[in-house]
Amino acid sequence: MLGGIGAAVFWLLTEPKRLDEATLASLGAGDATRGERIFWAGGCTSCHARPGAEGDARLELAGGMKLTTPFGTFVPPNISPDPNDGIGGWSDADFANAMMRGVAPDGSHLYPSFPYTSYARMDPTDVADLNAFMKTLPAVAGRAPGHELAFPFNVRRGLGLWKLLYLSDGPVIALPADAPGKVALGRYLVEGPGHCGECHTPRDLVGGMQKGRWLAGAVAAEGDGIVPNITSGEGGIEGWSEGDIAAYLETGFTPEFDSVGGSMVEVQRNMAKLRPEDREAIAAYLKAIPAHPNGYPPRTPPPG
Amino acid sequence: MRKLVFAISALALGASASFAEPIADRVALMKANGAAMGALSAYVKGEKPYDAADVLAQLTKLSADAQKNADPALWPAGSNTGESTASPKIWEDAAGFQAAVDKFKADTASAVAAAPADVDALKVQMGVVGSNCASCHEAFRVKKG
Repeated sequence: MLGGIGAAVFWLLTEPKRLDEATLASLGAGDATRGERIFWAGGCTSCHARPGAEGDARLELAGGMKLTTPFGTFVPPNISPDPNDGIGGWSDADFANAMMRGVAPDGSHLYPSFPYTSYARMDPTDVADLNAFMKTLPAVAGRAPGHELAFPFNVRRGLGLWKLLYLSDGPVIALPADAPGKVALGRYLVEGPGHCGECHTPRDLVGGMQKGRWLAGAVAAEGDGIVPNITSGEGGIEGWSEGDIAAYLETGFTPEFDSVGGSMVEVQRNMAKLRPEDREAIAAYLKAIPAHPNGYPPRTPPPG
Repeated sequence: MRKLVFAISALALGASASFAEPIADRVALMKANGAAMGALSAYVKGEKPYDAADVLAQLTKLSADAQKNADPALWPAGSNTGESTASPKIWEDAAGFQAAVDKFKADTASAVAAAPADVDALKVQMGVVGSNCASCHEAFRVKKG
């Protein structure tokens, strides 16, 4: 009897929450030219292109790249406009619900390895523009393999509980009403489509971002090593000017001409395609956010 | 027992110490690469008047470093422990690493041969040479904090 009530409560709590009618009505037809900027800001190719793809092949969003995390291996799907194996059969509302609420067309929850916890903060117009641009990309046949997850992470419904804790569309960092437009644009790009926090913020035991240590750096959620602290705290970017940050995003070179590496290379390639004012806005935001010490443990000294 | 512990410690210390030199050498080499890139970038950005002779000297330095980088003595197996950001993939994907090393040699050598005479010519060469940094680091370097 109690088990039955428990199951009913679980079922109710984990119901998919889609976008409301007003938001869906505000989507509009979308502009593919504007959408291309959102595409690069959102970093879609970094996960959804075929592994090792270069140049124009990066626009074939076949999926298949393996993201190895402590929760299991996630495989991004085919999100090309193919009607059978991609998202060609999705409505505009389906696309927006996936991006901003992590809900698939059949009502199932998407795993937050797809960073809808950041995309939730996007303007519906930008989402519609992105959708319009993605419809212009090549249709790719063939589905990617499914995720490789062990119990309990393979229980999709459980994500409904996780979302209650971790899915919100409010800003992470409060800005004063008179904050410069550059900083506000930077906040939008970083906290929304750029989804920088998903790698650069430490996570707790159930994989939620620790917003109290926003962008303080983290043990890499997938792959090896650490992701650096991009606040002005100890170990971070205090010594970098806004110009240094914007130049790094454009060229991949630090002020000392060390080079971008690891997973950030893909990100920097995308950042290089944005407008200069976008990179400057990101830089202004990063210099404005609260400083934190490194969000990853210090390097252990070598033996001897 | 104590002799055994001492012997093992000495071996371990010796093992980690034996990588100290190649690690230091390749870090110095990479820093020299960065310095050359910085000097060339100043010309590309128009921060100083174009000096074809200095540009050629910087490109020649990069090319010489790319040759040194190809020395296997710089990359002994196991030297990714300790104070090194080398990724284990250097040895797990030895063919891929060798390809990256060879590409850097080839691209810098052809930049020297091109001997760019003005900023526009230099930009072309920098595009090719500069892309080697990120593409090698993408696969073969790990940030450790």
